[in-house]
Amino acid sequence: MSTLEFRDAIRDALAEELERDPTVVFFGEDVAAGGGVFKVTTELYERFGPERVFDTPISELALAGAAYGAALTGLRPVIEIMFGDFMGLAMDSLVNQAAKFWYVSAEQHGVPLVVRSAVGAGGRFGAMHSQTHGTWFQGIPGMKIAFPSSPADAKSLLKAAIRDENPVLFLEHKRLYSVKGPPPEREVIPLGQAEVARPGEDLTIVSVGKGVPDALAAAEALEADGLSVEVVDLRTLRPLDLQTVLESVARTNRLLAVEEGPRTGGWAAGLLGLVAEQGLHDLDDAWLITTQETPIPYSPTLEDAYIPDTDAIVAGVRGRAGLVVS
Amino acid sequence: MAKPHAAQRGEQGTTGDSAVSSESSPIGGHPTPDGPTRSQTPGARVRSPVDGLGVDRFLEGYGRMCLIRQFETAMHRLFLAGEVHGTTHLGAGQEAVAVGTCMALRAEDYVAGTYRGHGHALAKGTPPEPLVAEMLGRVSGICRGRAGSMNVADLQRGLIGCYGIVGGSIAAAVGAALAARRQGRVAVAFFGDGAANQAYFHECLNMARVFLLPAVFVCENNFYGEFTPMASVTAGANIAGRARAYDMPAAVVDGNDLWAVHHAVSEAVERARGGDGPTLLECQTYRHYGHSKSDPAPYRPKEEVERWLARDPLKLARSRLLEQGVSESQLAAVEADALREIEQAVQAALAAPYPDPEQDRGREFCP
Repeated sequence: MSTLEFRDAIRDALAEELERDPTVVFFGEDVAAGGGVFKVTTELYERFGPERVFDTPISELALAGAAYGAALTGLRPVIEIMFGDFMGLAMDSLVNQAAKFWYVSAEQHGVPLVVRSAVGAGGRFGAMHSQTHGTWFQGIPGMKIAFPSSPADAKSLLKAAIRDENPVLFLEHKRLYSVKGPPPEREVIPLGQAEVARPGEDLTIVSVGKGVPDALAAAEALEADGLSVEVVDLRTLRPLDLQTVLESVARTNRLLAVEEGPRTGGWAAGLLGLVAEQGLHDLDDAWLITTQETPIPYSPTLEDAYIPDTDAIVAGVRGRAGLVVS
Repeated sequence: MAKPHAAQRGEQGTTGDSAVSSESSPIGGHPTPDGPTRSQTPGARVRSPVDGLGVDRFLEGYGRMCLIRQFETAMHRLFLAGEVHGTTHLGAGQEAVAVGTCMALRAEDYVAGTYRGHGHALAKGTPPEPLVAEMLGRVSGICRGRAGSMNVADLQRGLIGCYGIVGGSIAAAVGAALAARRQGRVAVAFFGDGAANQAYFHECLNMARVFLLPAVFVCENNFYGEFTPMASVTAGANIAGRARAYDMPAAVVDGNDLWAVHHAVSEAVERARGGDGPTLLECQTYRHYGHSKSDPAPYRPKEEVERWLARDPLKLARSRLLEQGVSESQLAAVEADALREIEQAVQAALAAPYPDPEQDRGREFCP
């Protein structure tokens, strides 16, 4: 069976959409001639030429604003903001312009743009090249946020994002770029549909992005303890597929949300609140595994301890009262 | 931030006594009451002037300026009557910039306006009635009452939004210019002197020049960023001069002179459409009201205000048209039409209902 590397899934999705739709354009810093700092977007410039794929100045605000203006006037721009940490510089264009136009203009036009970024810790990049910006934007109506967990999903979600009529933030976890997996079964995955990545009976672990393979590995380890773990992959943080989570919790009665980010203001805490509001009767237990409330440290020992990885999930579940099985 | 020192709060440039002196300005050519200034075109081919419009078109333009003035007068009155909500930023005094610019454009060209953008919308062709209704928050508004004074958009007429964030219009226009290049169109950004200190300005001018985008950057320099004199917070106190750093053609333009604005923008549009890239135009003008409706503008010296009022763009256009043979009765007819059109728009808007929250829940996403 053929396998697909995560970074190739991204590139293939871009290439196929550039091929399919002449209004798709792709631009960002070092993405064209250089092929991207993570070598994700190689060969696109050679194949589609400088009118469709081009390098820009290091001007994140202008990049995002240009994508917005182009999306209003007939193009479908995909831009790369190299590291998610740089999204602060692009924020006004995205929050005050792109996310608002559809509603505020009384539905005169959609804003079909995609902002791809590398996110996540574990690369020893330090505090300003390791963050995950999804929750910075989760409270913005009009913005979609996709965060794939596998090569297959990366390809199908990115194609869906490019065809979407709304601004979509597309988060690519750096530690997933070299992961290989089966190719997608579906051309596109609709944004806003979570997936039960593994069925189970005793506990639901909800995560997104790299947290999903971590949770799946933890579920394998916990199986040996006699604990049957269900894993739900949110796939998008906005729209948030609460229904799939509620249905899972109705089966397992226990909920653990795993987020690579601080718990205060994070998506995991928000999810627990929504489940408490709408599914309290199904809950026997609910908690979070997140990071500490500090910036992301550089030193390997500190950074490894910071990340809620598979071992942290296994230890967290084993340590939870009422969940230790024999 | 400390308030600017009293010595910095002096009178802001007027046309004959410009803050941009020819000594300090690398652009030179500060505006005179009599007409357009020469444009400087470093690194670009100089093309022949393209404005050859007849007096009829300028009479039409004058009518559009009157329409904007009447609109702003009505908004002032309706704000005091509690019909315009929140705040509003009136552009009376700046009509020649909006109208002169849009006269140089085609209907399908793109314009991004500012939060002082009623004139931008009217100049680009948005009809007064849905625009008044939008100000009043009525369901018949151009954005069904969702946008209000600061965020109007009328995409059908090429108005890609008015931007409540200082400088936002600049990036929107640069993006539209990416699409416009394919479409044979041009994108214009209106922005104020305050926006020239935003990252938007510098990032976008650089990017537009690097990619030779068909954009025209029209700075409405009214010499005050909100309450603060431009010169006290703007290094160099010369916005057009900043284009030199980007190797971009630029000019200081008498923004109260309809002909001067139209001439300068026409040149810039021709350059843009011809593939020669963007232009920065610093149109010097003055707002008759304060920054917003909470601002009576006590910081402006009386003599300064009087001098600018004497150069009211409507007065200037009127005299020029008279000189060109337009009759007093023709002018009076145009003025009466503008007043009547706004009065009718106001009556219709006042009669329209507010949106019903039960009927308009809104959809978060475009399907």
